[in-house]
Amino acid sequence: MSRRGRRTPWFAIAIAAVGFAFITLPLVGLIQQVSWGSLVDDLRTPEARAALRLSLVCSVWAAALAMAFGVPLAWVLARVEFRGRAVARALVLLPLVVPPVVGGVGLFYAFGRNGLIGQYLWDWFGIQLTFSTAGVVMAETFVALPFVVITVEAALRGMDRRYEEAATTLGARRSTVFRRVTVPLIAPGLVAGAALAWARALGEFGATITFAGNIQGRTQTTPLAVYLLLESKPEIAIGLSIVLLTVCVAVLAVLRDRWLGAG
Amino acid sequence: MSLAAQVGIRLGTLALDAALTAEDGETVAILGPNGAGKTTLLRGLAGLAPIDAGAITIDGIRLDDGGGVFVPPERRPVGVVFQDYLLFPHLSVLENVAFGLRSRGTGRGAARARATAALERVGLAALGSVKPRELSGGQAQRVALARALVTEPRLLLLDEPLAALDQTTRANVRRDLRAQLGAFGGVRILVTHDPRDAAALADRLVILEAGRVVQSGTFADVSAHPRSEYVADLVGMNLLRGTARGDRVELPNGATLIAAAAGAGDVFAVVHPRSVSLHRDHPTGSPRNVLGGRVETIDATSDRVRVGIGGPVPLVAEITPASLHELGLIEGTEVWASVKATDVTIFPA
Repeated sequence: MSRRGRRTPWFAIAIAAVGFAFITLPLVGLIQQVSWGSLVDDLRTPEARAALRLSLVCSVWAAALAMAFGVPLAWVLARVEFRGRAVARALVLLPLVVPPVVGGVGLFYAFGRNGLIGQYLWDWFGIQLTFSTAGVVMAETFVALPFVVITVEAALRGMDRRYEEAATTLGARRSTVFRRVTVPLIAPGLVAGAALAWARALGEFGATITFAGNIQGRTQTTPLAVYLLLESKPEIAIGLSIVLLTVCVAVLAVLRDRWLGAG
Repeated sequence: MSLAAQVGIRLGTLALDAALTAEDGETVAILGPNGAGKTTLLRGLAGLAPIDAGAITIDGIRLDDGGGVFVPPERRPVGVVFQDYLLFPHLSVLENVAFGLRSRGTGRGAARARATAALERVGLAALGSVKPRELSGGQAQRVALARALVTEPRLLLLDEPLAALDQTTRANVRRDLRAQLGAFGGVRILVTHDPRDAAALADRLVILEAGRVVQSGTFADVSAHPRSEYVADLVGMNLLRGTARGDRVELPNGATLIAAAAGAGDVFAVVHPRSVSLHRDHPTGSPRNVLGGRVETIDATSDRVRVGIGGPVPLVAEITPASLHELGLIEGTEVWASVKATDVTIFPA
């Protein structure tokens, strides 16, 4: 400690240490339960493989859909002035704070077989989203979308719009400006949004189990498998947990190093 | 008439209402204090800010009339060099220059070829593959100019093209810029707050104050007869073009002026009217420049009087009404003007 600087109060350090331990101890608890020798075999069991494959497919779809809808949504919220924009933004970001299970109930009464839209999907096209893999993708997209909107909107607001004006004076139409100037300039925000959305979709539990159910191979994603197997086959549950944890750490590391700026 | 514009734009507290006309091959400098509406005027011409009233016409084609007619910026024959150049940071220098051609539908190969030629014209062909952040300020300015000109606009707008540069590179870049502007045949409109840029680059000055044109004309006209104290302070200086040899500046008519600092080549010598003293008899003393002449004009602006002296070295002196009275100056009076060498500053033309 510098002799010129003021001494850091010890109690602040002590409280911070407690907080740090509170966050990290569960990780330690999880890691010390892993039976490393059988980890690979545990992950090769049919339950684990089905859950991992389904999670991968659904989370990639969900991230792609979240980008497909979230980027235009962010653009409208950042660039188009309209009455009720603040309310619209708050509604779009609602899934960030609403309990996922509540989101799942909402999805059920909107897209379920008796839901607002779901009844017509069923009556007219015979499409049932509940208890289907498509339902998993919908539940994951629902919770992932706000992450795209929030990061991409911030990137759009943070960029220097005069570059877009310069492109316009050079003869670029709106679509060309967006493709060749706006998108490259907000690329870090797009990557961050996609990565956060994917990580959130991968870990989604509440909305999925409420809306899509828990059917092995069809709607039982990795988090659902972890929950289900913790009693009967804890070594598989722990192995799957480690996979999820590793993926999340990797996403954080990539975002921190490349896009969020190391502290 | 190549450009005829009457630009009315209301923006916050600014009420811009300025008329501007310019011919092909002419450079018009728009000069004025911050907030006078210079950049807003350029934005109006470029189509980045639709005008509220007036009309903008290039080559007889109406681009904006504040009402039904509005040609968007991407369809105007206008090139813009922005204040900090705004080169796209994610594209190479060559891609930056080719951007306008690609946006207007030129094929990739043809666009690259023309962009390369444009870079050659500004002497930067070797830097086509680097990213803009690796360029010096002067290089970035030339790339911005090449990018704006490659689509062959009819009107070139330059917003403070030298403001981002430090003083030493500024003089060189200014000289390059003049050569580049000379090679462009259309109308050039230059916004600046530095009268030296206007003096070196422009054929004509338009002075904007609080959204209005307060004066326009050649630099010599405006500086000799500033119509307001603001204009007098801004451009009301004696600006003499000549050739520097050491501390002597030789004017085209053979007269010389002695400066404190040495220069070389084509230069402007600047003497502020307040630095010019007037005498009825040949003065003796420290001033190195003592120049004979005859009073040609007397302009009184409030508490100061500007006296124009004709002679081998034409000068304007700013004196008080009391001095004017005491010296008994009227038009035609023979006088001596003295200027200290330290009051003669020179900068490369």
